[in-house]
Amino acid sequence: MNSTAPRLLDAGEAALVVEFGSEVDPATNERVLALDRALATLALPGLRETVPTYRSLMIHYDPLLLDRSRLVDAVRGIEIAPPALSCAPNHLWTIPCCYDPELGEDIAAVAAMTGLSAERIVALHAGTTYRVYMYGFAPGFCYLGGLPSELAVSRRPTPRPPHPPNTILLGGGLTLITTFAMPTGWWLLGRTPERMFAPAREPNFLVDVGDALRFAPVDRPAFDALEARAENGEIVSQRERLR
Amino acid sequence: MKKALRIIAAGPGVTLQDGGRFGYLRYGVTPAGPMDPLAFATANRAVGAPPNAAAIEVSLGGVELTVDGGPISLAIAGGAFRLQLNGSELPMPAVVRLAPSQRLAIRAGAAGAWCYAAVAGRIDVAPMLGSVATHTRSHLGGLSGRALVADDLLPLTGPRLVEPAIAIITAPWLERAGETIRVLLGPQSDYFTADQMAAFLQGPWTLSVRSDRMAYLLDGQPLRHSKGFNIVSDGIALGAIQVPGNGQPIVLMADRQPTGGYPKIANVIEADVGRLAQLRPGAQFRFRRVTIEEAVAARRAEALALAAPIVLTPLRRTDLSSEFLLGLNLIDGIIDAAH
Repeated sequence: MNSTAPRLLDAGEAALVVEFGSEVDPATNERVLALDRALATLALPGLRETVPTYRSLMIHYDPLLLDRSRLVDAVRGIEIAPPALSCAPNHLWTIPCCYDPELGEDIAAVAAMTGLSAERIVALHAGTTYRVYMYGFAPGFCYLGGLPSELAVSRRPTPRPPHPPNTILLGGGLTLITTFAMPTGWWLLGRTPERMFAPAREPNFLVDVGDALRFAPVDRPAFDALEARAENGEIVSQRERLR
Repeated sequence: MKKALRIIAAGPGVTLQDGGRFGYLRYGVTPAGPMDPLAFATANRAVGAPPNAAAIEVSLGGVELTVDGGPISLAIAGGAFRLQLNGSELPMPAVVRLAPSQRLAIRAGAAGAWCYAAVAGRIDVAPMLGSVATHTRSHLGGLSGRALVADDLLPLTGPRLVEPAIAIITAPWLERAGETIRVLLGPQSDYFTADQMAAFLQGPWTLSVRSDRMAYLLDGQPLRHSKGFNIVSDGIALGAIQVPGNGQPIVLMADRQPTGGYPKIANVIEADVGRLAQLRPGAQFRFRRVTIEEAVAARRAEALALAAPIVLTPLRRTDLSSEFLLGLNLIDGIIDAAH
């Protein structure tokens, strides 16, 4: 683990932020996840739940059951004796994505902004292995890092009306898989038939923070067939164990 | 016939809530739960229900309800709402016995923004991700993830009747002034210079009409950031005070997202989240900085208040109007002043 000690910041009396950095990078995110795993094995009474983000771990706790000083000691103890770790993800997910202009309606706009052809945009987006950095914004919205710099476009000047669920978005140097129809300031690049979140399915959430993820291009007929299977509760992505 | 609460009419924003949807924050799931956790727990405790049991959260839009299948005891607690049984005024907070022929109306009153109707028994709605707390934006909880509307039925399991049938709930801890809201500074207080922090604490701040269950928006002298307003997203706790680019603070409430990307200047202590929630748009208040020890002590005091049995005082005839008494032939349990 990196030598720099994390900053400990209070977010009210019932949440502690352990901040490892201020930027998006895999090593920082891996330290967050290492702390998260180590804390889970301690099973501290009064520790409610943790939220890993790009660069910090938020620890929600009940201060009437778990004294802040005890929590801080536990966190510091983990820092002093870090577990062996590598940045290698546990799983690689292959998620089908249809880049047909009917579903990825902003591909032409992204082509105009980047000077790339639609085919090149798809090749770049689907030719990259991403890291699942965190969830946020809405259930199952997962933020992916590793976007090729050629696809780093700024956000829309003004938000657009809600996109359909399961849309793949691009913007602000990141790509994102959505699960609900929401207004957005990002660009619509394609759509997956996969449900990253399904409240009636086990598991409810498909991927874990820290997993690797790729997109496999599918054409419109294949998308429609997979969509029908996913609608019936089937997982239509592939998962490969890496370690 | 299975007993069920029946919604006769509901204004916007009346929802079913329990203690909240926890364990899934890391997957982007909003916790939801009551806007005023103390009033919510008080209502549940007053009818002997677990403090986190499902209850109806009544907005300023108000609600009118009845019961199918037999009488049921309810506890109503929260802001100073108006409580009417068959059109006759009852004091608040109160335990009420509602019969199938009767209508209970809970409407905005002199003060407060949220009120809770808890039942003696259990509201039997299937949980989603372990909770029935309604979060309308992600369609989770309640009935199909939406707010309650007329003709909705909430089935009841193990319904009980509480004695006395009509009683005042003694809950002095719900008499909270809202002029001062206590905060802990941080976690991003270093994004603000000392004079901006002083301006934040000086206020005053006015609650915007655009506020909702997700966020209370504040109007006042805009705050300036010392090093920009975009941070890489990190976790958001209940009561976090974000300062976006326009410098007008936003307090994140029950329907907050679990992560966000604006600097958080301070965090409302949990004991004061309900106090803030009960303010109405246009209300003016200030923040006061406290230590983490004070915040934990305030939390402990709340827990102690709720741990003791809640005192129910029977209503006396002299407490009630003659109009009310005339309409009361279906209700027993009201005692004479001579007793």
